[in-house]
Amino acid sequence: MTSVAAAQAPAPDITRQLGAIEARDFSFWYEKKQALKNISIAVPPRAVTALIGPSGCGKSTFLRSINRLNDLIPGIRHEGRMSLDGQNIFEKSMDVVALRQRVGMVFQRWNPFPKSIYENVAYGPRINGIDSQVSLDEIVERSLRRAALWEEVKDRLRTSALGLSGGQQQRVCIARALANQPEVLLLDEPASALDPSSTQKIEELVYELKQELTIIIVTHNLQQAARASDHTAFFFLGELVEFGPTDQIFTRPREERTEAYITGRFG
Amino acid sequence: MTAVPAPAVSTDRRRLTVHETAIGDRIYEIVTTACALVVPALVIAIAIAIFAGAWPAFSKLGLSIVTSSDWDVRAGRFGAAPAIFGTLVSSALALIIATPLAIGVAIFLSEFSPTWLRQPIGFLVDLLAAVPSVVYGLWGIFVLVPLLREQVMPFLRDRLHLGATPFFSGPAYGPSMLAAGVILAIMALPYISAVSREVLMAVPRSQREAALALGATRWEMIRDAVIPYAKSGIIGGIMLGLGRALGETMAVTMVIGNRAEISASLFAPGYTMASLIANQFSEATSDLHQSALLAVGAILFVITLIVNAVARWLVWQVSRDRAV
Repeated sequence: MTSVAAAQAPAPDITRQLGAIEARDFSFWYEKKQALKNISIAVPPRAVTALIGPSGCGKSTFLRSINRLNDLIPGIRHEGRMSLDGQNIFEKSMDVVALRQRVGMVFQRWNPFPKSIYENVAYGPRINGIDSQVSLDEIVERSLRRAALWEEVKDRLRTSALGLSGGQQQRVCIARALANQPEVLLLDEPASALDPSSTQKIEELVYELKQELTIIIVTHNLQQAARASDHTAFFFLGELVEFGPTDQIFTRPREERTEAYITGRFG
Repeated sequence: MTAVPAPAVSTDRRRLTVHETAIGDRIYEIVTTACALVVPALVIAIAIAIFAGAWPAFSKLGLSIVTSSDWDVRAGRFGAAPAIFGTLVSSALALIIATPLAIGVAIFLSEFSPTWLRQPIGFLVDLLAAVPSVVYGLWGIFVLVPLLREQVMPFLRDRLHLGATPFFSGPAYGPSMLAAGVILAIMALPYISAVSREVLMAVPRSQREAALALGATRWEMIRDAVIPYAKSGIIGGIMLGLGRALGETMAVTMVIGNRAEISASLFAPGYTMASLIANQFSEATSDLHQSALLAVGAILFVITLIVNAVARWLVWQVSRDRAV
């Protein structure tokens, strides 16, 4: 019932939101194939949560349910509840566009638009209705600084983002997501295609950013999960097997399957 | 993982000597090279024949063949300006009508159409390209022209008061530049639409998701992520349609009215280079007349060449920005 009350309340002041994601008995199907089974998890706000597990275990499906990016796929169905700051993400009155502005996402393969660095970062605010040049300049600079890219690109903001290195392009994508001032940032294997030094930059960035927003990162790299996250959730065959503080999951897993996975016995 | 047995290699293949394989490769290479050379050779041979045949007219008539509107076979005056004008205007008109429609169809099919509807509509649109030109001509004479004369032209001129502009003034005969433009639009549409649909569907999902994940609506995603990415391909499709419109002969000849006059009004009859040639080649008895027709053909050839070059250049310009 609380969800209904939250929906009818006027849009809350976004800047004060925590960015708390909560799933309760959340299940998800592609056609007949069940990808998520009764997931219940309360993702702690303002912290980094890593989702680990073998390929096809539902990590990405879970991530893409949070910003409803799976909506366009025909034949999907879900049950249970997924909420952002207490508001049901899947309820009819949910404004998906606003949801996606509050929940930013960065993909495995960097995907800047074939436009300038500036236009890439300014895109979100622009479609959000910000068109004053001064504010856009400000947002672009702030977002690029937050993505630790400003010093590298400040002299060539008007050149194509596709001329940058892979790691830089990925940070353009992060800056682009940050420009919307989201409360939650979803990272879908953001460093899996990057070299070690670019990966390190992304991890440092994640560490910085968690002061301000909730970060959920899908990764296949267990060391990365161990290094960069505060909490870790282990998914296996569509189930959430174990969720807890990262050091506990990696040193004293409660479930046998978790232990088998992190010690490399399968996956 | 159980070991997969190595696939059995055909023993015949193994017994082939290096020599035999090399001969096969050599023959294959010669045959394909010959095919690859025949086509350009043909294009060059045709071009030489046309320009050689057109040369007497060019040297005798000079620039007047392009600038003069006076086409008088008996007096030996051959000014093809109205035909050049008609070709350019009818093709431009065709693009103005066909491009938005074709891109609209392509966007619907690639972005909005339910999967079960995609195939049938796409097939029907493609079918437009399979209708023979003379059938379009017949349809033009018996359906389109009367419709234009009795409904569309009076509506445009009197109801919308466009008659005040030179483009929609004058009597509504029926056979007209407008009729030619509409017919050409229908004929160019499937080309533009098919190419656009393919390139729109080839836009990577990552680009669409990038826009959606930033809070773009479906329409904003299409406008900002899909169309810019597909732009060079769409331009290529439009140019393909233009090429089709420029050279189309039969259907246009049947509905344009074939009057060698330059008029600003789209209601007035006109002429195109292709219909001029088609109408007169059988009656061209004098050498100069024949040569003049070949000269018109040469000019048409050059115009299509320019269109193709511009198309290449545009596609290159657009895709250069995207090069990784």
